[in-house]
Amino acid sequence: MTQIVREFRASYAFVERNFNLVKRYWGWEVVWMAYSIANALSITYIGAGTEAITGQVIDTGYMILYLLVGTLVWHYLSVVFDNVSEMIAWERWEGTIEYTFMAPISRFTHMIGQTLFSLVYGLLHTTIILTVVAFFFKLDLSEANLLGGLMMLIAGSLSFIGLGIVASVLPLLFPERGAQMTHVIQALLLLISGVYFPISVLPEWMQPIARVSPATYVLEGMRDALLDGASSGTLLGYLGRLVIIGLAAIPIGLLVFRQAERYAKRTGKLKRCG
Amino acid sequence: MNQHTMALQVTDITKQFVKSEGFRWPWKRNGKKSGGNGRKTVVAVDRVSFEVHKGEVFGILGPNGSGKSTLVRCISTLLLPDAGTILVFGHDVTKDEIAVKQMVNRVSVEASFFKKLTPMENLMYGARLYGLTAKETRERTLEILQRLGLKKESIFQPMEEMSRGMQQKVAIARAFLTQPILLLLDEPTTGLDPRSKREVQAFVEELRDKHDATILLTTHDMQEADGLCDRIAILDDGKVVALDTPANLKAMVSQNGHEPTLEDVFMELTGKQLVKEDEQVQ
Repeated sequence: MTQIVREFRASYAFVERNFNLVKRYWGWEVVWMAYSIANALSITYIGAGTEAITGQVIDTGYMILYLLVGTLVWHYLSVVFDNVSEMIAWERWEGTIEYTFMAPISRFTHMIGQTLFSLVYGLLHTTIILTVVAFFFKLDLSEANLLGGLMMLIAGSLSFIGLGIVASVLPLLFPERGAQMTHVIQALLLLISGVYFPISVLPEWMQPIARVSPATYVLEGMRDALLDGASSGTLLGYLGRLVIIGLAAIPIGLLVFRQAERYAKRTGKLKRCG
Repeated sequence: MNQHTMALQVTDITKQFVKSEGFRWPWKRNGKKSGGNGRKTVVAVDRVSFEVHKGEVFGILGPNGSGKSTLVRCISTLLLPDAGTILVFGHDVTKDEIAVKQMVNRVSVEASFFKKLTPMENLMYGARLYGLTAKETRERTLEILQRLGLKKESIFQPMEEMSRGMQQKVAIARAFLTQPILLLLDEPTTGLDPRSKREVQAFVEELRDKHDATILLTTHDMQEADGLCDRIAILDDGKVVALDTPANLKAMVSQNGHEPTLEDVFMELTGKQLVKEDEQVQ
């Protein structure tokens, strides 16, 4: 058996296991989906209510779509980030972490498997939310470049996989509260990336930081594609930046994880705890 | 003896951990009142050396906290030793990790699984990580679990609905499924009822006799060690205090009116040291 087939099988082990867990925790999945839909609707209704709140005449349809793109993109990227960063926390909780780390596979294979699952799961989740929200609002996507939007989402996933791998180091190093610590990274990205507002409204000192966040480019590109119907050629600038950030983030993430794993093996932090 | 006939070579392995003595503010850590930096070093394994021959069942006995599980974790690549070397069939556990992982598997005292998943789903996950196909995993799983006395229908029920004994049998199946040539059994029968214990012990004997596996077994059950092990090392405070065949170990201790047992050996070798420590404290 070639090494590639072996590594592919090992990667698929994580995809299959995670889908089995989704099936077994179906109750939680229903609750999480209901929460996500309610959350997306609440944010999108802010757009619908802006005219009533301000008393000004505004393009409500544009506002609704602006916020909807924000909430959907953020949901998708959060799901990818959570799934990748939770891989350690979950195994630690179940007590299986030592068995997974004893398996003869590279950490790259381990991450690829977890990442594949998170991309498929994130896309399924986001599609369901979009379908439900579409029933509540009259969305005009006649001018939208849907393919361009999808390309932005996929390119943005690369960076979030890298960030997720870096974040998964926290539960490895801090067994008791590491999983919760990853929320800090998400909260900061939410603040600086212009999820629900343009980054131009942020304080001047924050705006250069916003330009470092991959989510900023995903959101700007998605809005250009879906709200203004920007052609795929126009989106190349965003795509290029996202691919560069993603291609840097994944190896950096793996490097950081490898160092953290060595530290955990030196100090005994892999042992089941919490 | 060359490396092909030597399954495991442990040479001068040392592992220590730094433990926190409770929270102290950073600016108080080095002060006179704090009495140090709030951390102490515990030596878990102290210059341990031994060799295990291919096909041998090698036992490690020792009181709680004597370093048995730390040693097993070092051999199974889950801990990096501070000093010394461990070779598994000639491969260094720190330098040739993947090669070692392909040859080794482990059963620990906690049967750790995804509790909502069935034994089959858990074993499928584990087996795929070792490159096995779904078909061969299914066939082998059914064969091993039924050999261990598990009913076919229970293989498809969630792990959380199984008794501890049944879970431990699934843990043994998980390890054996990948056909390791060095099997590390870290207290595999602790907490099992007598029947389950016997079934597991019989399976270990079968592994030794029919499958030519090399087994390293840690246990608190002296009868188990006596019955299964070809040689035994006794560990106390992270150090090897004796290493020999069960018969030779028993010959080391005084008779006290009855035929010495391994328990007598254990008490004499590990108990004496406790007395010495108590005397030192006084």
